[in-house]
Amino acid sequence: MYTFSSKLKTFAFVMMALGLVGIAFGFLTAPKTIEDVEKILADSHHGGHHTEAVAHESHEEHAAVATHHEEAKTETVVADSLKAENDTVAAAAPVAADHHDNHKAEAAHGHDHAGADAHAEHQEHLEHVLHQLQNKPWAALYVACIFFMLISVGVLAFYAIQWAAQAGWSPVLFRVMEGITSYLLPGSIIFFILLVASGMHLNHLFVWMDPEVVKHDELIQGKQGFLNVPFFLIRAAIFLAGWNLYRYFSRKNSIAQDNANDDSFYKKNFKLAAGFLVFFIVTESIASWDWIMSVDPHWYSTLFGWYVFASFFVSGITTIAFVTLYLKSKGYLEHVNTSHIHDLAKFMFGISVFWTYLWFSQFMLMWYSNIPEEVTYFITRIENYKLPFFGMLALNFVFPILILINTDFKRLSWVVVMAGLLILTGHYIDFFNMIMPATVGDQWFIGVSEIGSLMFFFGLFIVVVFTALTKAPLLAKRNPLIEESKHFHY
Amino acid sequence: MSNKVIHAIYNDDDILMDAVKATRAAHHHIEEVYTPFPVHGLDKAMGLAPTRIAIASFLYGLVGLSVAASLMNYVMIVDWPQDIGGKPSFSFIDNMPAFVPIMFELTVFFAAHLMVITFYLRSRLWPFKAAENPDVRTTDDHFLMEVALHGNEDDLISFFKNTGAVEVKVIDKH
Repeated sequence: MYTFSSKLKTFAFVMMALGLVGIAFGFLTAPKTIEDVEKILADSHHGGHHTEAVAHESHEEHAAVATHHEEAKTETVVADSLKAENDTVAAAAPVAADHHDNHKAEAAHGHDHAGADAHAEHQEHLEHVLHQLQNKPWAALYVACIFFMLISVGVLAFYAIQWAAQAGWSPVLFRVMEGITSYLLPGSIIFFILLVASGMHLNHLFVWMDPEVVKHDELIQGKQGFLNVPFFLIRAAIFLAGWNLYRYFSRKNSIAQDNANDDSFYKKNFKLAAGFLVFFIVTESIASWDWIMSVDPHWYSTLFGWYVFASFFVSGITTIAFVTLYLKSKGYLEHVNTSHIHDLAKFMFGISVFWTYLWFSQFMLMWYSNIPEEVTYFITRIENYKLPFFGMLALNFVFPILILINTDFKRLSWVVVMAGLLILTGHYIDFFNMIMPATVGDQWFIGVSEIGSLMFFFGLFIVVVFTALTKAPLLAKRNPLIEESKHFHY
Repeated sequence: MSNKVIHAIYNDDDILMDAVKATRAAHHHIEEVYTPFPVHGLDKAMGLAPTRIAIASFLYGLVGLSVAASLMNYVMIVDWPQDIGGKPSFSFIDNMPAFVPIMFELTVFFAAHLMVITFYLRSRLWPFKAAENPDVRTTDDHFLMEVALHGNEDDLISFFKNTGAVEVKVIDKH
């Protein structure tokens, strides 16, 4: 049996406490009024706005005009700014005029520089930035929460695959995986509370939840059959409940198999895993539309579900490797050898490449065809998130492929840990890149809120996972494949 | 000095593995082992050095990547930077996503084919090559270990008989 080391427990609680302080600081320092925003902008980059390219300037103006919300940029505005970029400065006004009446008016104002209108425009811009800044602590919390919850979901999917595939190498790791998936229950409860908070309009993470925005937005109106708060929450509840139920019963059967006289619990778990995987692939896809893609309700991508899946699947496998290496280093996993680590590292390597394949397929298809309604997604990211957007490609693809391609390296704990740190950092940034541009736009920063949220959920994750690990022996007995797994070598 | 070798023939891969280990322990030099199929762990038991073909393949892949990148850069950007459907041909990085499928395929192509050719060269395999098979049964169901003969011939023959060989022959190799 494993005992939770008191040092690790203290560390986790310190992380949680510091994280909470960080989260609270983020919420308390978020601007409350337009005057606060004006001060912030004056202090930092307001001057920069006027010196920037006109294309960007008009982009900002229109964004402020079309609705008070950042979402506006995805539809008409970026089409404008796209053309504005390619054409000349002078073209910006006629292009904008083609689209909307209010654009026409505002574009004219912008060029006339009529004092009163410019002031109104400035106010709308400030309001736009205010919403972005108010979203910032919420978005930071949301990204960290969904990241850690999906890590446990990724481990659960991996666990189910190991059962359904009757893998001979992994049963010695089953208890580690079950420990990690124990985070799913608290994680999904917190996550669901966040979704409910969004549904209650406590934040503006999901712009389609705002009736003021929907009133002026025909595209979102057309999607309201799917994107409405009650249906959204019911779907989320069903998905999370289904995953948690599988986790609960598979863990129960796995423990029961330890003291059974036959293999009936093993067979039950096999069937359960197969059923779960069918349920999972459908619900995961819809969940990724709901929880991630819908922050950009004007944008859509067909392979998005797979892309999100690959991202948290590889993070989950990396987490399994981390917890395994930690427990092994403390002497708790007698039968785990370097071949098991090697296999996990191969999965980390392979799924990293798979993630890159999906990332590139999504990016390249949209870049190549360059249809305005699709490509805005990447335009905003490349314009405002250049370093995280391309940096994660280095973290998630270039480094893992160079480090983990070597067979000997895959057996060295420290190499696997280094590569795993890069992968986990990269995939946090991946989720950051998926959520932030639609919620905080160019006001993003990885600061106190973001790191605080990450620390809080990291601490919670450690407490929950390592507490669960103490609840059952770390070696599954009487699993029909356990002997093979103990003697696994590659 | 005559160039005599011993051919010890086995009909089971487990017995062969034990024999190889015993032979190595007795410090007889194993010239070659002929088997009808890959015997897992035989190379380790014989003490063969690990293959470096994966390293070669990685380097070939880098060659393929460079070939593809320089080809696309020269053809699409340097030589004739046409506007084809509005794709930005101003610099390599501007139009890079469009080149990635080609760069990927050529990397794989070079890595795979040059590795296979390396394998053929290093294992001396080519069409019309005379087969080097000391006993036709080794392609079907027998295993043959060839050991250089130094010292007492009768001692060695009885040594290999004891390792479970079904047949031990002394061959004069030219």
